[in-house]
Amino acid sequence: MKFLPLLWSGLWRKRTRTVFTLLSIIVAFVLFGMLQGVNAVFNNALNASAVDRLNVVSRISFTESLPFGYLSQIESVPGVAGVAYQSWFGTYYQDPKNFVFSFPLDPARFFALYPELHLSKDALAALVRTRTGAVVGRELAKKYGWKVGDRVPLHSVIWTQANGSSDWQFDIVGIYDAPLDPNQAGSFFFNYSYFDEARSFSKGTVGWYIVKVKDPKQAMQVAAAIDKRFANSSDETKTQTEKEFAQSFIKQQGDISFIVTAILGAVFFTLLFLTGNTMMQSVRERVPELAVLKTLGFTDFAVVVLILAEALVLTLFAALIGLGIAAATFPALKSIIGEARLPADVVTLGMAMAVLLALCTGLPPAWRTTRLNIIDALAGR
Amino acid sequence: MPAIVSLKNIVKRYTRGKQSVEVLHALNLEIPQGEFLALMGPSGSGKTTLLNLIGGLDRPTEGEVSVAGQRIDRLSGGELARWRARHVGFVFQFYNLMPMLTAERNIELPLLLTSLSGAQRKKNVHAALEIVGLADRARHKPSELSGGQQQRVAIARALVADPTLLVCDEPTGDLDRATADEILGLLRTLNREQHKTVIVVTHDQKAADFASRQLHVDKGSLTEAVTPS
Repeated sequence: MKFLPLLWSGLWRKRTRTVFTLLSIIVAFVLFGMLQGVNAVFNNALNASAVDRLNVVSRISFTESLPFGYLSQIESVPGVAGVAYQSWFGTYYQDPKNFVFSFPLDPARFFALYPELHLSKDALAALVRTRTGAVVGRELAKKYGWKVGDRVPLHSVIWTQANGSSDWQFDIVGIYDAPLDPNQAGSFFFNYSYFDEARSFSKGTVGWYIVKVKDPKQAMQVAAAIDKRFANSSDETKTQTEKEFAQSFIKQQGDISFIVTAILGAVFFTLLFLTGNTMMQSVRERVPELAVLKTLGFTDFAVVVLILAEALVLTLFAALIGLGIAAATFPALKSIIGEARLPADVVTLGMAMAVLLALCTGLPPAWRTTRLNIIDALAGR
Repeated sequence: MPAIVSLKNIVKRYTRGKQSVEVLHALNLEIPQGEFLALMGPSGSGKTTLLNLIGGLDRPTEGEVSVAGQRIDRLSGGELARWRARHVGFVFQFYNLMPMLTAERNIELPLLLTSLSGAQRKKNVHAALEIVGLADRARHKPSELSGGQQQRVAIARALVADPTLLVCDEPTGDLDRATADEILGLLRTLNREQHKTVIVVTHDQKAADFASRQLHVDKGSLTEAVTPS
């Protein structure tokens, strides 16, 4: 702490230059926080995928439906413990901005395969016996103020009813929780029978099947057996683990990891030169002052530490502000990525990047000071 | 008085390109404790080189440099830096203050290398400011002070850690006569009242007259010793 005024004076020697460098680093870390944050949210979602569940989709595209008749055939494949099915409903509530992740499904089959989603027995029974019944995640219910007993209209951008309407009415009969990951409590589930009877086209099909395997180690063999069973049929299948399925779904939007890495790589490469140049100039201008410090008894090591500390204060301070701005802005992405908080591991990685940046930009000029000859420097040579 | 500084058979050579230039030739010097010594001589005579050897900023090519009984020519770079922090206060011609730091922060610099508490450092800094008569300029930056005031701050910085030696290289070279006399008077007071050993390099005879002993350095040798009248 006692060296702080000395450190501070070094940083603020050229105010304008320091402020601009600071702003550049802040912008870089805002970008880092936002992009890496989105990437981390997707990766966390992938990591949360179960290893004992498979997804069976059409080999052509996961947007193509599969026949309902596949259900019993998949159930008969050795190693299969249970099968559920659902479809993508594609809806919004009142305004297109209020997108709702909604899925028609067989309640008993689905909740048997997803023990991480907690729904009371009474609510499950109510859902089964209520044709237009629906259960919603606690996060989603909180967002729109929904409660059990409410009648909720959803507008589907894909599915029309036999009467031509795209507006579907539902009666909320239960709220489910996801204690391990509250972000999973953001969907809207309703009866497949209601959906299939009321829709105007594609009756008797499902979007995809979800298969629970008896032994996760046999997952690949079971997947191959399912695909083999429907090979050369008019609706060939592609069976993947839940994680692979999620990855391929996300990749429909582009290889996010690659894009994020490429952008951040370019940003930090530029930043390395910018900050490195600032540190180099700053030390070069202060050669006589550093020589005075050495004259007064500061060792080479002390001067190196002082310069590195300057670089660290600059980058860590800017990184904190940048990541702070990213964290403050992150809730605005909730409607798109379903997560309102910048993941803590992104903040940790950001601070580590700031330390690395400080070392990369501070070490070369700091190292040069160890070769500084006091007499020559004081004489201005 | 016993010698606080002892130089024996000092040779200093510099290599400039392919040429080796001998700046000091087999020089011997003893400086008693509490002396106010002026080293005089023309430009390039080797007086600043001699001062740098005494202050531990440079090492001799040959010979021994002892200060307070310690052979400083044998110390490593790090040891020499720590030795300077404990034993030498430096005053330069162009003050060499940190432009962004206030007077008190500049004076505090040598104390940052000690284990003194913040309160103790503050106390010592203000005592040094009192000695040089700048207690009311503690919060001023160098750019807000006159040349004479800046040199007083530099002197306060040199003496704040209570060094064994005060080493001054042309301390009045950048000042007008009246201010120069004030600064030299201050150095003489420190020598007489606080018994500091002061070594001043100057080419100004009037400045040298403030010293208790004058030595002339010419072509790398101590050629003449004159006692001021």
